[in-house]
Amino acid sequence: MKLTRRAFIGTTAAASLSAPLVNAGGHGRPKAVIIGGGAGGATAARYIAKDSKGEIDVTLVEPSRQYYTCFFSNLYLGGFRSMDSIGHSYGTLASEYGINVVHDWAVGIDRGAKTVTLAGGSTLNYDRLILSPGIDFIDGSVPGWDVSSQNAMPHAYKAGSQTELLKRQIESMPQGGVYAMVAPPNPYRCPPGPYERVSMVAHLLKEINPTAKILIADPKPKFSKQGLFEEGWQKHYGGMIERIGPDFGGDNVSVDAGAMTVTIDGSVEKVDVCNVIPAMKAGRICEIAGITEGNWAPVSAHTMQSRIDENIHVLGDASAQGDMPKSGFSANSQAKVAAMAVRGALTGSKVFPAKFSNTCWSLVDTDDGIKVGATYKATDEKIAKVDGFVSKTGEDAALRKATYEESIGWYAGITSDMFG
Amino acid sequence: MKTLLSMAATVLFGVYASVAVAGDPEKGGKVFKKCKACHAVGDGAKNKVGPQLNNIVGNAAGAVEGYKYSKALAAQADAGLIWDEAALSEFLKKPKAYMPGTKMSFSGLKKESDRENVIAYLATFSDTDTLAAVAADEREVTLSDATLSIEGDVAYGEYLASDCQTCHQVSGASDGGVPAIVGWPRVEFVYAMHAYKQKVRPNPVMQMMAGGLGDEEIAALAAYFEGLE
Ligand SMILES: Cc1cc2nc3c(=O)[nH]c(=O)nc-3n(C[C@H](O)[C@H](O)[C@H](O)COP(=O)(O)OP(=O)(O)OC[C@H]3O[C@@H](n4cnc5c(N)ncnc54)[C@H](O)[C@@H]3O)c2cc1C
Repeated sequence: MKLTRRAFIGTTAAASLSAPLVNAGGHGRPKAVIIGGGAGGATAARYIAKDSKGEIDVTLVEPSRQYYTCFFSNLYLGGFRSMDSIGHSYGTLASEYGINVVHDWAVGIDRGAKTVTLAGGSTLNYDRLILSPGIDFIDGSVPGWDVSSQNAMPHAYKAGSQTELLKRQIESMPQGGVYAMVAPPNPYRCPPGPYERVSMVAHLLKEINPTAKILIADPKPKFSKQGLFEEGWQKHYGGMIERIGPDFGGDNVSVDAGAMTVTIDGSVEKVDVCNVIPAMKAGRICEIAGITEGNWAPVSAHTMQSRIDENIHVLGDASAQGDMPKSGFSANSQAKVAAMAVRGALTGSKVFPAKFSNTCWSLVDTDDGIKVGATYKATDEKIAKVDGFVSKTGEDAALRKATYEESIGWYAGITSDMFG
Repeated sequence: MKTLLSMAATVLFGVYASVAVAGDPEKGGKVFKKCKACHAVGDGAKNKVGPQLNNIVGNAAGAVEGYKYSKALAAQADAGLIWDEAALSEFLKKPKAYMPGTKMSFSGLKKESDRENVIAYLATFSDTDTLAAVAADEREVTLSDATLSIEGDVAYGEYLASDCQTCHQVSGASDGGVPAIVGWPRVEFVYAMHAYKQKVRPNPVMQMMAGGLGDEEIAALAAYFEGLE
């Protein structure tokens, strides 16, 4: 039984290269399975379902019933958003778009048989598979820290309970205490994220603990929107924030979660909160699928198809695609290109040339928003940057306020683009 | 499009055509009977169910004193809608399609000649010489006839629009500093995008997005968004 079925699906796939209209034969509609209901996966599922108008059977696999966006989770730390306001459920994707939402973990992928195994034990067949599992952390990248230390030293780089924990820890710091951040090396999710976080933590501390200090140990010589952040830190939080870059040992850091110490280039600092953001790699399921090279899953820029298996598309943070930063905006943009490619392959619908864009807004303090953005095109080699902009230092307050307001509009826009 | 052509010409060459519209005003007077239940025009015309229509052709939308417009029209007026011949003709073809939420409950004038004629009739009550010039002058950018007359490909627009929808909600809802862009008359959409593309409007995100679009692509987006409600 199983063998025949494999053989059968194998034939269909081969046929579909020359005749894309052939679907999974007697089994009804062609199947797209999406793993991960975040910025990339939820968008891809919604676009495939919406634009194929029922011609494709869409299944979305995501363990959480409630997705808390990392974007705006720093604003939660600063007190600008509630946790509720950044939580989203999958109800509309199921009821309005007919997407089969399965709350489970994908634990295995058989690329030959084109099946996905779920932790709950069931198996899903696919004609096309999309992986958008986000990131996982690289063990040992910060000596002394592993995932079992995340309650003592939270990363808060996947949003939800980790973010709430970090906020509680900051709120219970002693007056004049120290919040330390171990910043990640490149490449990592959301290049301005750690520095927006520092801004929001400073905003909170300025209100509740004005003599507290913020210490950043950073392995990178430079970081995203650096001039803008540093200008803002000087202006709003003068003297509170100290950053130790690699020239002073910021790349030689270990931690001790029991003793609550950070050791930077041999000198031991006792801290009250330690936010460790370790080095990152593609979500583990990519490794399990055997489609990674190094830490990430390489893809073709034209379709977001894996370079290793053309029946799999990889989106968002997990992909190695070229010039785009790992952001929610990027993942959403890539999802639309992949959704179009998947529809084209499974139903023969028209495929237009790929186009991508990204903008990352960050909040430095109340009504002080900054942004950086770019457009991209697909080349055979990679997703290549075309044009870009970044906010300028010294902009007036009205412009910064307008930038912040724009980010609020963007948040509402992207979350309704993901979840319907 | 003819009026738009001649308007562009007036700006370029500084010559104002006294009759900017193509139709026959006499025939238009007959067509206007269909409008009379709600609209008055001519000496001493007053607002009725609809606004009085003196000086409507070539004028800014939503400008008749003392008339309470629908939200939809007021929003378009804020966005800079000008009742030139092209816009009026599109509106009169099917008011509810052109402007979802309009108060005007009139199914529309299907025949192009009827629309041309009734606009020509209304133009006789409008000071088109000065108004047309003002209308063109008020545009932030000057666009060629060729650019303005591209028929956008809606399917292509739908694909391109996915890029816009990361920020602009397809439902037409809007939050924070990101405006709704559905249901705009396409002429307005085209002008707005070109104004960003030419960096006459300041927002760098929109300058970047529009900067990456060709004339055909802008027309496609305009056609797609116009059709959304
Ligand atoms: C503090 C912070 C601030 C940020 N701010 C911004 C911002 O302002 N703007 C911006 O654009 N981006 C921002 N980002 C980045 C953004 O959150 C990510 O780039 C984006 O979420 C990536 O989308 P994704 O689909 O790749 O992964 P995710 O959105 O993380 O989604 C992955 C999903 O896959 C699920 N998953 C993982 N493995 C499996 C499996 N085996 N089986 C089933 N499901 C699985 C996970 O549960 C998760 O829901 C920020 C990130 C952080 C941490």
